[in-house]
Amino acid sequence: MISANLSAIFYLVSGVLFILALRGLSSPETSRQGNLFGILGMIIAITVTFLSTGNFSNGFIFVIIFILVGGSIGALIAYRIPMTAMPELVAGFHSLVGLAAVFVAISAFSNPEAFNLGSPGNIKLVSLIEMSIGAAVGAITFSGSVIAFLKLQGIMSGSPITFKGQHPLNAIILISIIVLIYLLCSSQSSNLFWILLAASFLIGFLLIIPIGGADMPVVISMLNSYSGWAAAGIGFTLENTALIITGALVGSSGAILSYIMCKGMNRSFFNVILGGFGATEDNGSNSTKEQRPVKSGNAEDAAFLMKNASSVIIVPGYGMAVAQAQHALREMVDTLKKNDIKVSYAIHPVAGRMPGHMNVLLAEANVPYDEVFELEEINNDFVNADVAFVIGANDVTNPIAKTDPQSPIYGMPVLDVEKCKSVLFVKRSLSPGYAGIDNDLFYKENTLMLFADAKKMTEEITKNL
Amino acid sequence: MEIDPIIFRLSIFILSIFVGYYVVWSVTPSLHTPLMSVTNAISSVIIVGAIIAGLSGNSESVFNTSTIFGFLAIALAAINIFGGFLVTQRMLAMYKKKKKDK
Repeated sequence: MISANLSAIFYLVSGVLFILALRGLSSPETSRQGNLFGILGMIIAITVTFLSTGNFSNGFIFVIIFILVGGSIGALIAYRIPMTAMPELVAGFHSLVGLAAVFVAISAFSNPEAFNLGSPGNIKLVSLIEMSIGAAVGAITFSGSVIAFLKLQGIMSGSPITFKGQHPLNAIILISIIVLIYLLCSSQSSNLFWILLAASFLIGFLLIIPIGGADMPVVISMLNSYSGWAAAGIGFTLENTALIITGALVGSSGAILSYIMCKGMNRSFFNVILGGFGATEDNGSNSTKEQRPVKSGNAEDAAFLMKNASSVIIVPGYGMAVAQAQHALREMVDTLKKNDIKVSYAIHPVAGRMPGHMNVLLAEANVPYDEVFELEEINNDFVNADVAFVIGANDVTNPIAKTDPQSPIYGMPVLDVEKCKSVLFVKRSLSPGYAGIDNDLFYKENTLMLFADAKKMTEEITKNL
Repeated sequence: MEIDPIIFRLSIFILSIFVGYYVVWSVTPSLHTPLMSVTNAISSVIIVGAIIAGLSGNSESVFNTSTIFGFLAIALAAINIFGGFLVTQRMLAMYKKKKKDK
């Protein structure tokens, strides 16, 4: 058994290693080393916990068994998950962190002596406040992430679910959670503890159902942040530095990511959270929509255009992930490169269903990361490029965001695809994207629509090159 | 007057938020997905609380409400730790630079 001071120092060390793990992600070269720091930090934290309890008789064997069972499940998932399913995986993992926080809080509440928090019915006030906040946030993270997971997995419809009185209902539940925490701390009643958990599960569920599929990048980042705050809350209860540091890191990380995602859509955080984007306003305008002419072509035309180009910019979006077209795309680009055509990729901040989604898919298809550019880095290059190849993206290329103040997406940063000499747009139909508005790009003089499945079309083009 | 230890913990917490803020802004956008999976893995350090709960049983019985929830939390956190770090490793291994010979 090691002293409390020594173990606190070790927890601090593992907290610092976690900071280094995130620091490593500032560039792909240092990132792998960063991940190792993270693993090392985790090993230190777990080892120190065993040593500081010094209790290897009661239940030790079960602890090991459960670590091994959970660990094998986790490892199996990590190796088998396809890269396109990464958003679902992350949402699923968030739910587990949330539920683990709830379970630890239940443990601490039912046996406070084990954690030096007082005795049942007489828990230290500060600890009880920290514990109930940790448990409530954990429960919200859990049920919210489950809904996000179901929506991403397609088990639940991705369209927003709204009903009358939704916002007042949510407000009432949120207020009652605060009241419950207050009552719980003054009465120490275990019944109130269970009611608090139930109310938190309910509000997590209600908060996420009105948010639509394409807003998932914000939701996932937000839940990431919540899981951090839940961990920090439990860290305060357990007086554990590693947990407090990690909780703060993860909490601010998720908050920054949600901010970046909101900015990428030019929407406020509350606008996204309150939900129902595009569900109300476009119903009336659909009937007045006039038929405008579009130019459509086939793989041969596309191959001809690209063969005669000297530079091509690829604009991938969620549709590419759905069609699993990233490998076919890479093959097409390889052929282009053989013909001395310069190719780069342009990624919009909210392309895909989670932050960085497109980058991972391209990396999976062996696209070197120094050919992949963010919006600000590449937007000025569209003017000089010969061909823009839009595959699976839609709203993020809509020039209306720059021109029409009436449009719901006005002010959103978009890729200046229309400035290219010609635009190839792979899409299955002319249907509008998530924002529910027509894309002006379809009707431009220099746009050629390629109506097909993204993967099939890309393969066809490669054959024709 | 002695300072309550909770103030120290609060200080660590607030300072860590600032550290997190600056560190995460320096993360390159192309690595945002690995960032999420690795934050997932490290937030599962909550397993330390679960282990304390799991080891709290007495010699008469290993199982009571507290330890059972502890064991369950251990399993959940372990899924996340192994899954999170390994999937991050898998993703990061895919990020490659352009080959020199083109």
